[in-house]
Amino acid sequence: MKSVTLSAIPKSFNTRRWLLSCLIIAACNGGSVIAAPIAVKQHAPAAQSFTLRRLTETQYRQSIADIFGADIKVLGSFEPDMRVHGLLAEGTTRVAVTPNGLEQYENVARGIAAQVTDAAHWQTSVGCMPGPGDANGARCAAEYFTRIGRELYRRPLLNEEIKTAVNNTLTSAKKLGNFQSGIEAALAGMLTSPDFLFRIERAVVDANNANGSTLDSWSKATRLSFFLWNTTPDAELLAAAERGDLNSDAGLAHQVERMMASPRFNDGVRAFFDDFLRLDGLNTLSKDAAIYPSFSAAVAGAAREQTLRTISALLVDQRGSYLDLFTTRRFAMNRTLSPLYNVPVAAKEWSFYEFPESDARGGLLTQISFLALYSHPGRSSPTLRGKAVREILMCEEVPAPPANVNFSVVQDVTNANLRTTRERVQAHLNDEDCAGCHKKTDPIGLGLEKFDGTGLFRALENNAAIDVSGAVDKATFNGATELGATLKNSPATTACIVQSTYRYAVGRGITTSEQAAIDRYQQMFAGNGYRFVDLVRTIAITPAFYTAPSTKANATLKADAITKRDSVSNRKEKS
Amino acid sequence: MNSKITRRNFTLRGLLGGAAVTVGVPLLECFLDVNGKAFAANLGGGQLPVRFGTWFWGCGMIPSRWVPKTIGANYDLPAQLAPIQAVQQHINILSGFNVELGAKNNQPHISGPTALRTGAPTDNWQTIAAPTFDVLIADAVAAGSYFRSLDITADGNPRSTYSYRTGSAMNAAAPSPLDLYSKIFGSDFHDPNSASFTPDPKIMVRESVLSSVSGQRKQLEKMVGAADRERLDQYFTSLREVEQKLALQLQKPPPAAACAIPKAPRALPAGSDYSDIQLRMANHRVMAQLLAMALACNQTKVFNMVFSESAADLRRAGNTTAYHQTTHEELIDRSIGYQPTVDAFAVQSMVAWADFVDTLASIKEGDGTLLDNTLVFAHSDVSMAKNHEVRGIPMMTAGRAGGRIRAGLHIAGNGDPVTRAGLTMQQLMGVPTDAWGSDALRTNRPIAEILV
Repeated sequence: MKSVTLSAIPKSFNTRRWLLSCLIIAACNGGSVIAAPIAVKQHAPAAQSFTLRRLTETQYRQSIADIFGADIKVLGSFEPDMRVHGLLAEGTTRVAVTPNGLEQYENVARGIAAQVTDAAHWQTSVGCMPGPGDANGARCAAEYFTRIGRELYRRPLLNEEIKTAVNNTLTSAKKLGNFQSGIEAALAGMLTSPDFLFRIERAVVDANNANGSTLDSWSKATRLSFFLWNTTPDAELLAAAERGDLNSDAGLAHQVERMMASPRFNDGVRAFFDDFLRLDGLNTLSKDAAIYPSFSAAVAGAAREQTLRTISALLVDQRGSYLDLFTTRRFAMNRTLSPLYNVPVAAKEWSFYEFPESDARGGLLTQISFLALYSHPGRSSPTLRGKAVREILMCEEVPAPPANVNFSVVQDVTNANLRTTRERVQAHLNDEDCAGCHKKTDPIGLGLEKFDGTGLFRALENNAAIDVSGAVDKATFNGATELGATLKNSPATTACIVQSTYRYAVGRGITTSEQAAIDRYQQMFAGNGYRFVDLVRTIAITPAFYTAPSTKANATLKADAITKRDSVSNRKEKS
Repeated sequence: MNSKITRRNFTLRGLLGGAAVTVGVPLLECFLDVNGKAFAANLGGGQLPVRFGTWFWGCGMIPSRWVPKTIGANYDLPAQLAPIQAVQQHINILSGFNVELGAKNNQPHISGPTALRTGAPTDNWQTIAAPTFDVLIADAVAAGSYFRSLDITADGNPRSTYSYRTGSAMNAAAPSPLDLYSKIFGSDFHDPNSASFTPDPKIMVRESVLSSVSGQRKQLEKMVGAADRERLDQYFTSLREVEQKLALQLQKPPPAAACAIPKAPRALPAGSDYSDIQLRMANHRVMAQLLAMALACNQTKVFNMVFSESAADLRRAGNTTAYHQTTHEELIDRSIGYQPTVDAFAVQSMVAWADFVDTLASIKEGDGTLLDNTLVFAHSDVSMAKNHEVRGIPMMTAGRAGGRIRAGLHIAGNGDPVTRAGLTMQQLMGVPTDAWGSDALRTNRPIAEILV
């Protein structure tokens, strides 16, 4: 790959020089500078910023901890993130900031700025003060904001941005009577600015790229960092961006290896699976206390952690195959959960428990997180569970039920002839209007019927034996562990994780021009024994990952097919 | 007045009736004068500001048990409406107005509220073609108040909202009494009846710093595509509103005789189950009282209150099945001819509605009550929830909007488009529009019977 553009942005670059460098590069590459797609006439040709991604609440909090220290508290609530096509990550390129949301950001920002500039933190955060040779503190402020601004905006500040911060500091200091309050006010402003709240990905011309453009170095660093670590770039990555290292294959690979070797990579993998499996739903999950007395907010929280720890142990620590998640018997366990799984009391801290081969448990689908999340408050639901498998793990669409539908038979738990859920949901399959969709969902979910609405094992339902035979399309199975093995062999599950990982990383749907790259990732994934970390590495070191699809080509594959379910997934599952 | 903020308009981009429009809305053209005459001039009403709000409940009603048989004044109260008896004189019933889906599918619990709120049904909230009409009303009347609108839900979930400027700009709801209280009566609150007023230099500093952030707008907007430009526009519009709110806080607020600052509510224990109907009712009552004081203290002129979301998750403690599930699954009791549990939840929803109306009516303001100077529009997502029926979605109004609307009437829509209600609300609140809605839902006929 020929290296691209903006290899080293001068420390104090300004807009004119920046644009000029783009023009020169364009000329050298024989390409042309990409103009903004609309309002071309009003604006000078410029590097095109083509994606704005709002930080998620987790990313905001982690960025603050990384930049200012873990003891800085982020107090206040945030505007909710939005799930699009099943991923909060994809919602980041869709959400705006409402007046309420901005007010919340400003409140949180002031709280952070007050802590960073208090007496306990001043020396380590800002350090300098007005003094001889810097009577009003302008130099001190300029130094501070040049340094901290680069971390907050994930790029060097423009000269005028530094001037604004200094000016804000001095004006505020004068009004409030002290220098520290001036820095505090200016810092709060920077934390409220779109350059911090959004990841602004800037593209520059790259004649070698099929799309004609690629991300600039700083945007590459940012995309990479949030993909691998779910947080802002660290000092070393920013330095690599500044040197232009990310524009060469070797430099990029070096950073990717470094980051994947860091303990933070584990955080990144957890963040992906938390989003992919929609585990945030456990935050608000409630069950009927009379029917499920053992379920509580503490159990839900532990169940989420159990799944994430099980995943990271297998995929990151052991460099295991993604497919093994469907059958793994090694579950993370703690003392809150061990009684619910009916296993020996676990240590207080997290440890691992391996279920015997004969056990009904095996694979992520038999963990409480999945089983409880996709059940009703008072009973299990083969339909919700089957739908979740189809939509989340196989990336297939399950249409919403028709508006006029009678569910009475399914609900009638007192019917002496229909004692088990299987017998009751059979009604779905006997009804022509329902069968089309339910035959996709129910036969999968029925395999999990030996686990109740909170994921506890049950041998009988209303004293009747539970039949856990089922099918995924034409592949039949008997019971939860065989269901896991069946999904493990399904091409849909591997294709789904590849495209979901990519969509998570770029924060949008896959464009037609990217499909070839996705196919290649898929082949390499298979060739690497479906090791998830290799999939992540492959994506992170491929130039295609840093390209900018042209605005016109933004028609995404499968977008229409999955739009309908978003309306539901942004709220609560209803059916 | 701070000259910096006069005559500055902000721009709304949206789609109205299928055509792109840009509406310039002068915010902070004027502040409230002591008698609220600025509003009187706007609305032709009395001496006090006229407020608008919505009240939403999920899963509709059972038509045979909710729709009054008699039309006009002194309408009868079928069993599900019985709870409103004490406040009936304040309430108009709007029955029999339909959502026409045309060729579109009935997307359960979404087609109804998107059609009713935006004038066109969509399959999800992200693809709405126009803002919800409460947003259009807020654009027209929000000048001079601290909050463009207060969005509130009693169900604990900030996503339970039916107020959107665009599909990407959802007005998230304050999810708990404590959140609501700190938002309204937190550190930025100034008692309008306090004798003294000193502008806080910290507020000046915040305003000036945010103003410098606005300065980045041009540079950023140069570089983005159309979709991102819209999101940036939204960001900067929001930023301006916060600046304007800060500017307002530098002025002595006009006195508000009905304003009495409430005590902070107690926080509910962690893990509280908001789906429990009793807890929900209590939570809703506390939030209604806080909202009433926010209105009386001139903090906002627009609100959106959600009692239960569209596929309502209400439950009775110990009962396995939630309200929404019950609507689909409960067998009709042949001896009475309806679903008894569903009926009970619908009645409870009306108890909550009556509570809400009574809360506003019990606050004296000027010669009347807070409710007299308010227009509340209540609606659900469906009529008969069992089959997600969107014909005859129940709607009501409460209050007199400063004397501009009649009350205590039952109006039968006879299958007219549901958008007649939204159009009427907009016109009553001074939105300059003569028609609203798309396709079969487009209408230029307000509900004249309730207009004074």
